This record gives sequence, C-alpha cells and structure tokens, in this order.
Amino acid sequence: MKRYEIIDHTADIGIRAYGKDLKSLFANAAYGMFDIMADLKNVRLREGLKIKLEAPNIEELFLSWLSELLYHYNSKKIIFKEFMVDKLTENAINATAKGERLDLKRHTLKTEIKAATYHELKVEKIKDSWQAEVILDV
Amino acid sequence: MKQGWSGPLEKIDDYRWRIPKSYNSGMRVPGIIYADEKLLKNIRTDRAAEQVANVAHLPGIVNYSLAMPDIHWGYGFCIGGVAATDIEAGGVISPGGVGYDINCGVRLVRTNLVEKDLKSKIRGLIYALFHNIPAGVGSKGEVRISTQEEKKLLLKGAQWALERGYGRPEDLEYTEEGGAISGADPGAVSKRAYERGTKQPGTLGSGNHFVEVQVIDQIYDEQAAEIFNLHLGQVTVMIHSGSRGFGYQVCDDYARGMVRSLDKYGIRVPDRQLACVPVNSPEGKNYLGAMRSAANYAWCNRQILMELVRRTFQKFLNLGPKDLGMDLIYDVAHNIAKIEKYTIDGKTRALCVHRKGATRAFGPGHDELPEKYKSVGQPVIIPGDMGRNSYLLVGTKKAAETFYSTCHGSGRCLSRSAAIRNLRGRSIAKELEQKGIIVCSTGRETLAEEAPEAYKDVNDVVNVVHEAGISKRVCRMRPLGVVKG
Repeated sequence: MKRYEIIDHTADIGIRAYGKDLKSLFANAAYGMFDIMADLKNVRLREGLKIKLEAPNIEELFLSWLSELLYHYNSKKIIFKEFMVDKLTENAINATAKGERLDLKRHTLKTEIKAATYHELKVEKIKDSWQAEVILDV
Repeated sequence: MKQGWSGPLEKIDDYRWRIPKSYNSGMRVPGIIYADEKLLKNIRTDRAAEQVANVAHLPGIVNYSLAMPDIHWGYGFCIGGVAATDIEAGGVISPGGVGYDINCGVRLVRTNLVEKDLKSKIRGLIYALFHNIPAGVGSKGEVRISTQEEKKLLLKGAQWALERGYGRPEDLEYTEEGGAISGADPGAVSKRAYERGTKQPGTLGSGNHFVEVQVIDQIYDEQAAEIFNLHLGQVTVMIHSGSRGFGYQVCDDYARGMVRSLDKYGIRVPDRQLACVPVNSPEGKNYLGAMRSAANYAWCNRQILMELVRRTFQKFLNLGPKDLGMDLIYDVAHNIAKIEKYTIDGKTRALCVHRKGATRAFGPGHDELPEKYKSVGQPVIIPGDMGRNSYLLVGTKKAAETFYSTCHGSGRCLSRSAAIRNLRGRSIAKELEQKGIIVCSTGRETLAEEAPEAYKDVNDVVNVVHEAGISKRVCRMRPLGVVKG
C-alpha cells in the first residue's frame, strides 16, 4: 500500500495519506509531511520524542498531531522519519517519533512547511482502510 | 488533479465579475473578482472562486467578498482576497483571512546607482547579499533575543531594530503604521510563538521570499516618480519577507482556538479554515493583540534585512551611505487585518479589513500617508516573478470601492509540485542567467517551485488594477539579481 501521495494545490501542497488502520494512517501522514520537508534518506534514528495529545474529534486530533510534530521540528530541529503510534482513539494519541537532529552537512532540506491547515481536511474510512487529506501551507 | 470551478460569473464591466448572492444560500453578500477575460480563464482552473463565495458567508461582511486579479486557490480565504466586516454589527475576525505569514510584505529601497554602475559587479554583489542575509528554511539571524527583549520588540516593531543600529529614523516615516501598529498585546502570544521568535529577527525565510536588485525600465507617471525620487535606469532593491515562525505559530494557535469557539458564537462557516469570532469578543481581541504583535515582528524583521542590504552595498561597492542614497520608498503589508474607518450608507463605521495577499492602497490626501506622499497617494509595491517585472503603483480615491485594497503580486498559476514536475531536468538558474539575471538560492527545489512559468504575468495583473482604477502605475522594474530563501 502506498503511504501517501501529493495532491496538487495552486499555492500550497496537499497530502493524501493511506493506512490499513488509524494508527498507520497517522504514521504515514507524518512521514509524508517530513518527506516533503527534507530528503529522509540520510536521516538516522537517533532521537526519540514522546507525544501525547487530546482533541475534540479525530480530524482535529489528526491536525494537532501534524502541528505538534512541526512545532518540535522547528523548536528542536529534529527531522522525524519513524512514527510508532502506541495508543489511538478518536480523541487521544500516544506516540513516539524518531529521527535525527538537523545537520546541514548531511541532510538536505527541500520545502519549508509553515502549518497544517483545516482547509478541506478529511479523515475517513474507505472500505477496510483509512484515508486522510490535508493541505499544508508552504 | 486539481478541479476547476464552473460557477456563475456575471460580467459587470471589462474588469469586474460578480458571483451573485444566489449562488449559495449562505452568502450574505455577492462576490466580486477583478480580472480581464484572459486572467479569468486561468482563475477558473482552480477553486479560488469558490473560496470567494465561502468568504461571503462571514457574519458582518460589508458590501462584497472581493478578490484581486492575482487571485489563486489558498486555504480558507483565496490568496488575493479582501473582506471587511462591520465591528458594531457583530462583524468577525478570522485568522484564515490573514494567513500564517502575518504581515508578509514588501519594501522598496531606492539607490543613486544606475545599471551600468553594477555591470561587472552584479554577480559579486548578489553573492555578497546571499552571504550576509540569513536565508532558507528555518534560518537563524545574527540577532538573538531573550523572551523579555522579544516582548519589547513586539510592541516597538521597526523602532526596536532602529535602537540597535539597524537603519535611520526616517525609515519609520516611510513604513506602514510607522513600523509598529498600536494595540499589540504580548500577553496574548503563546510560549511556543515566543520560542520560535527568539532566533529569527533579521532572517529572510524561504519559499517566495527574496531580496531582489532591480532596475527601473519604464516610467508611467513622471510626476509621481519625481516625488519618490525615482528615474529611468535607476537601481532599486525590493525585500519580501514576513513574521517568520513567530507569525506561523500565532496563526496556528488562534486558528485552532477559533474552530473550537464557533459553536459558542453560533457561527457557521463552509470551511473550518474560515473559523472566526466577533472582533469584539474576548477571543477576537486576543487574536488582534497577538496578530499585531506578529505584524510588528515582521516590520522589525524587514527593517533589519534592509539594513543588512545597505551595509552589503556599502562594503561591496566601497561607497558611503550618502553616495548610495539608499532611502526607503515604502514598506507595506499584504497579509493583515486592520481596523479602518469607512462611510457606509452615510454613516461612519469601523470595519475590520482582512487583506490576504492584497495590498492597502490609500489614495491622495489620506491622513495616514507621509507628508511627502500626500499629493500622490500611498506607494503600492508589487513584486513579480524572478524572470519578469515588478511594479510600483499608487493608491487612488476610487479604491474606496475595494476598501483601499489592490493586488499583491503576480499570483501562482501552477502548483509547486506541477512546477517541479514540468521543469525536471532544466536549470532555472542557468535560464535566468541567459536573460542576464543572477540568482542565488539555498533550497534545492525553491528555484523550480518559483520559476517564472509557475506565475501569471504580473503585467496582466497590474493592467487590471490600473484599468479598473483601484491603483495607478508609477514605474516598472526588471530584475538584475535575486537572493531567494
């Protein structure tokens, strides 16, 4: 199964993420976002960060998850590439994100993402698997 | 693939098109798009026009939901969107109507140089600018500040930079709001925004932000150009940047908060990115205070960037400030919400004017103009893409119909991924160099994303606002060299 694909959007970039369950959907969307931001090839798994979030519903939780990762990337300069979702309900997530502190000698940045937006945000179950769409402001 | 839009657009005249209120039952006012037939074809290729209709749902919106000719599909509001809400009538404020890069804007600096002064030196000058101006994703500046100091910066804006030796007192006179809008509330700003702001004063950022060295290649209004001390063949510098991570965080914090307040105020919007609250609510006031803090951050940022540009010119060309004559023509925001007074149905009303990818364009005689510009109107600075032109316009009295707003650039027509796809294997830097334009960029994909083909022709966009009478051409610039993020 494809992890994610890019949706064409004139000003910004959209992601359509896939997952066999909600946990892998969240992990794949986060992977897609960092894959747009940086070349993940040379990113090693040296730093881990626990993330715990709550939100009123699944779509807001999805957006909070991406926003939280963006915030930690910006403040700690860690590029994340692996996401282990331990617990996930409609309103809460417990996860660990792993990656490496940015080192411009080895890492290539591609596109700055300012934020994940609510515009046309979707998290839905299609047959037996899950799909999400989000527009990122770049 | 992105879908187009086939809704109704009624022709008002050659440059104005109406989306009737009847298009959607929730619309409180019609939409008006400023465009000509050629641009309209392009506008229909994405869903920006639907966003114009969506904005018409906002409580308290006055007259129409407007879009400038550089309109394109954004999130929430379209880019190029203008909406004014009547504060006393329960009018709302929406972080999505300002955007993440709060007070993204442009400044234009004149010089005493002409093109031939730079002939053999332009490459070296661009490299020197690239070296001296922190640019690129998450770039850090030479200015680092404590949270305590950051609070002062948020209140003082460009003045804060001035106090640290970045610039001259007269720069403030030629900056919108004097470089610091009143009503900033550092207490309404989250810890996370403070954290992101400490390392970024005086950084350009990435994406479409740039410093461009240009030459004036056409004068349309000699009288106005004379007032701005601008002449044919003269070198100018344009700086495009905003409030960096600080502003993104403020928008993110408040957009989320407002989605959760919609029920409290019984507001329904067709897109959650349009989440809003009454301007006069506690949430609305907090957002205004935080947004103004971010606006001041951006004015401080552009003030520092301009001084870094001046110092680089001085050192590289070995000329003094007097010889260079690098005076600021003007600095103006194009992502902001402002409280302004208008006469509506014979009564003076305080409106909250959202300009998202739109530039304020006050006409001659307006109170807020610098004395020197009173007779001619407010300078409006329109950056184009890297390969074509940029413009200096002035506001007009007729722009009252758009709440004194006009376009802000050329407007994208290709998505970033489509631009990268279409241009695979081509070197944009080389192609531009063949046209005599030197480009430096930190981002591997920035140049393809920002290639001239990804944008509409700024000449078409400016033609519409000029012919519609909502601003007036003064002069046109052509790029000599560009530093991109």
